[in-house]
Amino acid sequence: MVSLSDYLILAAVLFAIGIVGVFLNRKNLVVLLMAIEIILLAVSMNFLAFSHFLWGASGQVFVFFILTVAAAESAIGLAILIVLFRNRHTINVDDLDTLKG
Amino acid sequence: MSSPIALYLTIPLVCLLGSLITGLWGHKIGTTWSHRTAIAGVSIAFVLSAAFALPAVLNGHDLNATIYTWGYIAHTPLVVGFLIDPLTVIMMVVVTFVSLMVHIYTIGYMRGDPGYQRFFSYISLFTFAMLMLVMANNFLQLFFGWEAVGLVSYLLIGFWYTRETAIFANLKAFLVNRVGDFGFILGIAAIFTTFHSLDYATIFAHAAAMKSETLAITAGASWRLITVICILLFIGAMGKSAQMPLHVWLPDSMEGPTPISALIHAATMVTAGIFMVARMSPLFELSPMARSVVLVVGASTAFFMGLLGMIQTDIKRVIAYSTLSQLGYMTVALGASAYAAAVFHLVTHAFFKALLFLAAGSVIIALHHEQDLRKMGGLRRYMPITFITTWIGSLALVGIPPFAGFFSKDAIIDAVSHSTLAGSDYAFAAVLLSVFVTAFYTFRMLFMAFYGEPRMDAHTRHHLHESPWVVTVPLVLLAIPSALAGMVLIRPLLFGGFFHGAIFTLPANNVLVGMGRHYHGIMAFMADGFLAAPIYLAFAGIGTAWYMYIYRPTVPARLAARWHFLYEVLRRKYGFDELYIDGLAAGARAIGRFLWRVGDVQLIDGAMVNGTARLIGRLAKLGRRLQSGYIYHYAFAVIIGLFVLMTFFLHHI
Repeated sequence: MVSLSDYLILAAVLFAIGIVGVFLNRKNLVVLLMAIEIILLAVSMNFLAFSHFLWGASGQVFVFFILTVAAAESAIGLAILIVLFRNRHTINVDDLDTLKG
Repeated sequence: MSSPIALYLTIPLVCLLGSLITGLWGHKIGTTWSHRTAIAGVSIAFVLSAAFALPAVLNGHDLNATIYTWGYIAHTPLVVGFLIDPLTVIMMVVVTFVSLMVHIYTIGYMRGDPGYQRFFSYISLFTFAMLMLVMANNFLQLFFGWEAVGLVSYLLIGFWYTRETAIFANLKAFLVNRVGDFGFILGIAAIFTTFHSLDYATIFAHAAAMKSETLAITAGASWRLITVICILLFIGAMGKSAQMPLHVWLPDSMEGPTPISALIHAATMVTAGIFMVARMSPLFELSPMARSVVLVVGASTAFFMGLLGMIQTDIKRVIAYSTLSQLGYMTVALGASAYAAAVFHLVTHAFFKALLFLAAGSVIIALHHEQDLRKMGGLRRYMPITFITTWIGSLALVGIPPFAGFFSKDAIIDAVSHSTLAGSDYAFAAVLLSVFVTAFYTFRMLFMAFYGEPRMDAHTRHHLHESPWVVTVPLVLLAIPSALAGMVLIRPLLFGGFFHGAIFTLPANNVLVGMGRHYHGIMAFMADGFLAAPIYLAFAGIGTAWYMYIYRPTVPARLAARWHFLYEVLRRKYGFDELYIDGLAAGARAIGRFLWRVGDVQLIDGAMVNGTARLIGRLAKLGRRLQSGYIYHYAFAVIIGLFVLMTFFLHHI
């Protein structure tokens, strides 16, 4: 039997992978977007696990919302990425430091 | 408003009117009408003072009236009011008379000067201010007149404002007077806090009740309030009447035209301090300590300033130092409680000192504005009227009977000898020695200017002639009272109770009563004079001057070489100027420069204004290092922050 804690551990591992992906990724902006998707999936996984074990549907409804928002977010993110590439001819994260004080 | 008040009001106001007309429209009405207007104003003032105010007061019609209340401070009215009593009246007559003489004389002295109308405007304004000062019945008006004469004095010393020295002198006079006025206004403030009034009559009525009030100024020592008030007021008098150590402005004020030297710096304005102390006699009587201060300051001024007159070579400066010395005499009389004698000497001195100054001015005109005694000599042949009137003035100043100065000066010396105040022995010695000194410098001046061989250049000597009548008439008119005023006035002023009600003397201090008991007429007074030391000291002074400047003219130079140190001390005027200019003024400037360089530039501008800006800049420089611009650094900060917050909440909930 798969217990709740197994799901939660899986979600935590996914979350950690996502976070590490955000931090350690120095090369590719696409990888950064994928890492954010993984974080969102980890959160969704938590929702689903609690929804299943607590016999509630609201968690699953939330996941639908998250998936929708994540899709929209990916679309906008990729659009920004394309515009960025057109302007700078690079998607290297280390080169994107115009905010430096 | 009843008619005497209107007449009294007219006296100062005609002078103000004359001043305004000549000052504002002087160039429209021309020089002739300017001096006519100004002289008419002062003449009216003089006639009203002498023919109306004097008889009225002699008949006992004193007046103390408020004319106009122009404001209130809390419940204290600020008023223009007149107190017309014997003291006021005698000042009014003297001021307007000398002023009138000077007005007439000015026509001759200032002829052709581009500031002719301006000069008349100033001297009329001065007469107005002085009249307001002496006629005041409250401290505020006294202070108004006090400051106004100071202002006019400033304007007149710097009358020839293109001269560097004149500007220096008028600034000096103004600043030194500020020091005195600071004391004066503190005194008025002390009076106001004590009596809650500015009115003379109210204050004098309550003065005795305040006799034992004390005030803790310094820790541990408490001062009698009345002493503090009197000394503060006297500091004001020291400034205006040029007593040591605030005397430095008066000799320099000789930069102004000679008529105002006569009017302001000899006859009238400088006597304001003497008048004020006499007016405040009910206060000064209560404080023996304040009178001791007055006595010692006056005696020092009389003697030490007289010594300086002995070596001056500028004819006007000789007379200026003589004025200082004579003011010292008056101050000594005030200190000895012989207020009447002080005012008596004030009156006689006004006549003969104005005379001497105007005579000196006459000499200066004749020599084309040459003031150096060393370039004069032998003038008696060319200027007989000036010569004779100068003799009369000199005899009066030296105190040879029967001229005016003898009576007033002898009365003062006599009064001091009767005084038992602390310091009276010193004062007696000082005034006695001053008689010799006075005689010496006066006759030194007379001999150097009028006797001996002419020392001016041939061109000037060729043009020498007696001054025009506008100059000589005032000389003659002033010579008459210089000769006679003493004999006429001694009895009423000193012993006749003329000042009854105006001057208050405690019975225990009243030295004049003792002198009055021995007074048996003018002749007896003169005969007594020949039995006392002063007159022989005066003759000795004249004799010494004759020996040194007529008989053996080489002696002064030899003495100066032999007593080089003493001569140098006198030539430097005891170093007061150096002390004030290089010591106090330079010290104040050094403090100012220090505060500017260190306090302002370094501390405020450097550390505080620019310092905060620099500090913020430095912090910002550190802060911007945090902003790497990499998104993952920001995200990392967010996560760390989240962890920290969560840990925090989990531990506390």
